[in-house]
Amino acid sequence: MAGMTKKKIISYVTNLAIVLILYFLFYFLIRQGVINSYYSDLINMVCINVILAVSLNMVTGLLGQLVLGHAGFMLVGAYSAALFTLHINLPLVVAFPIGLIIGGLVAALFGMIIGIPALRLRGDYLAIITLGFGEIIRVIANNLTITNGAKGLYGVQSLNSRQNLTPMFTYVFFIAVFVIFINFTFGTSRHGRAVIAIREDEIAAEASGIHTTYYKLLAFVLAAFIAGVAGGLFAHQIGIIDPSKFDFNRSVEILVMVVLGGMGSITGSIIAAVVLTILPEALRDFADYRMLLYSIVLICVMLFRPTGLLGRSEFSLTKFVDKIKSGGAKKKQNVGKEG
Amino acid sequence: MDFFTQIINGLGIGSIYALIALGYSMVYGIVQLINFAHGDIIMVGAYVVFVVLVTLNLPLWLAVLGSIIFCGLAGVVIERVAYHRLLVHDAPRISLLITAIGVSIFLQNLFQLLFGSDAKSMPRMFTFSPLQLGALQITSSTLLNIAVSVLMMAGLQLLVNKSKIGKAMRATSEDAGAAKLMGINTNTTIAFTFGIGSALAAVGAVLYCNTYPQIKPIMGGMLGLKAFVAAVLGGIGSIPGAMLGGYILGVAESLTNAYISSNLTDAVVFGILIVVLLVKPTGLLGKNVREKV
Repeated sequence: MAGMTKKKIISYVTNLAIVLILYFLFYFLIRQGVINSYYSDLINMVCINVILAVSLNMVTGLLGQLVLGHAGFMLVGAYSAALFTLHINLPLVVAFPIGLIIGGLVAALFGMIIGIPALRLRGDYLAIITLGFGEIIRVIANNLTITNGAKGLYGVQSLNSRQNLTPMFTYVFFIAVFVIFINFTFGTSRHGRAVIAIREDEIAAEASGIHTTYYKLLAFVLAAFIAGVAGGLFAHQIGIIDPSKFDFNRSVEILVMVVLGGMGSITGSIIAAVVLTILPEALRDFADYRMLLYSIVLICVMLFRPTGLLGRSEFSLTKFVDKIKSGGAKKKQNVGKEG
Repeated sequence: MDFFTQIINGLGIGSIYALIALGYSMVYGIVQLINFAHGDIIMVGAYVVFVVLVTLNLPLWLAVLGSIIFCGLAGVVIERVAYHRLLVHDAPRISLLITAIGVSIFLQNLFQLLFGSDAKSMPRMFTFSPLQLGALQITSSTLLNIAVSVLMMAGLQLLVNKSKIGKAMRATSEDAGAAKLMGINTNTTIAFTFGIGSALAAVGAVLYCNTYPQIKPIMGGMLGLKAFVAAVLGGIGSIPGAMLGGYILGVAESLTNAYISSNLTDAVVFGILIVVLLVKPTGLLGKNVREKV
């Protein structure tokens, strides 16, 4: 724990405590049947979308590059994980985590293969080329025999049983927490700062001795890995996957979460992912109008808040507490001691 | 002979892509926006034709004219309502892109609500006898597509290079700030560009309905995406480039359908895009701009 200030430790401990409290709260509610299977599935989808949004935020927010093919990595991860658990002769409890890791690794491999040529481009051209790769992955999955073509894979088993809905929740929740943690620490690490430097000015970053290709690829592959894991979770959550579930619209959906929440803000991505997953479900009564409303909300937010809801700012509990404290102290002293 | 038939057919489809690609290309050239809503303008154009021709039972020329005018106006309105504020405030480009996606979702769902999500079939529109060149037969729709697209491109080229508003468009796309200082009303110019692009999309829509007589609210998605690929292929911002890209794409698609597999068409289309972007990122006829520090 060397190099960690007392404050940092406290912040870690409180955050961990909050995460655990949240987990046990939901666990208890699901276990007791207060949250039925519809809502627990919804909660799982929220977590999966949070994972996807946070992973895309790594490329779009930190690296500042537009990617329109994130669903392609998700597809690769989903199929790899599902094929593994379907064909291997292991109990699902063992096969599932291995399948997830395999899904992530295969997606990362695809990220590497796509990233090496694609990351030479930037801005809109990168967006277009990732769109192209995403579509190609989908079309190929539509035509291979191992992926069962357009019919897709079915019978992908969930860890949940009819009596117990908690195992999937445990997985998605803790993976989501872990991914968020990795993202926060990556953003403040040496590697993360290099990536942010590339976002701010690529030429200046290169002139300062940052190996731009390496760091761009690093962020890209990491995001692909996480998207692959999320794909694996997604496959086992819904049980049936076919290529049309991972089309261009899915990529757009994830991108919308990131941009709406504020590019570069992990808190923003999380909030947007939660809201945008629940909103369409909540509007089910107005089924005909919900997508219309969704698009109007999207346009209005972009028009009046072009940087997204949170911009680049993050919410941190310790800073929030500090603010309240210092706010009170300032009133007393009138002149603060800033420095 | 079969090979040549496929090529001619490809040129026919490519003409539609080319017309739509022109709109993408012009808008990108002037405001650097990938206008994802452009594909849905085609859908709007197709439905206007449908309403005028079938519901109101009016003559064909009125349907075509109505569709072109309606789409042109729709393009201007969309620019004013959805993009203008962002363009004026110099917002991040990605916000503009998301807004365009929002407009696209809006249009699709609006028309789904108005007309239902099922496909509507169009009546036959332009009928004249096919052209016979030896053993080669060219269908009337293919002939019409090619003729109209070439005509449109020539007209557009004249408009951009010879007219006053065309000069303003070129100036705005080169440097909007400097154009403003020279007394060019850049706002009007941008709106005009959106209008012209959308009107061309309407022409594309008419040709599309004539070739494939079936329309539905989500038809704009893939069509728009492919037209966009055509624009990038030829070099975005370049009018002849958009045409060239459209033709190449159409022919490639047609040949894949005939000789490889119709399931892999989209993969080939995007494969070509990737290869071109990697070899010559600015497209076949695009200008190379070096980034300076």
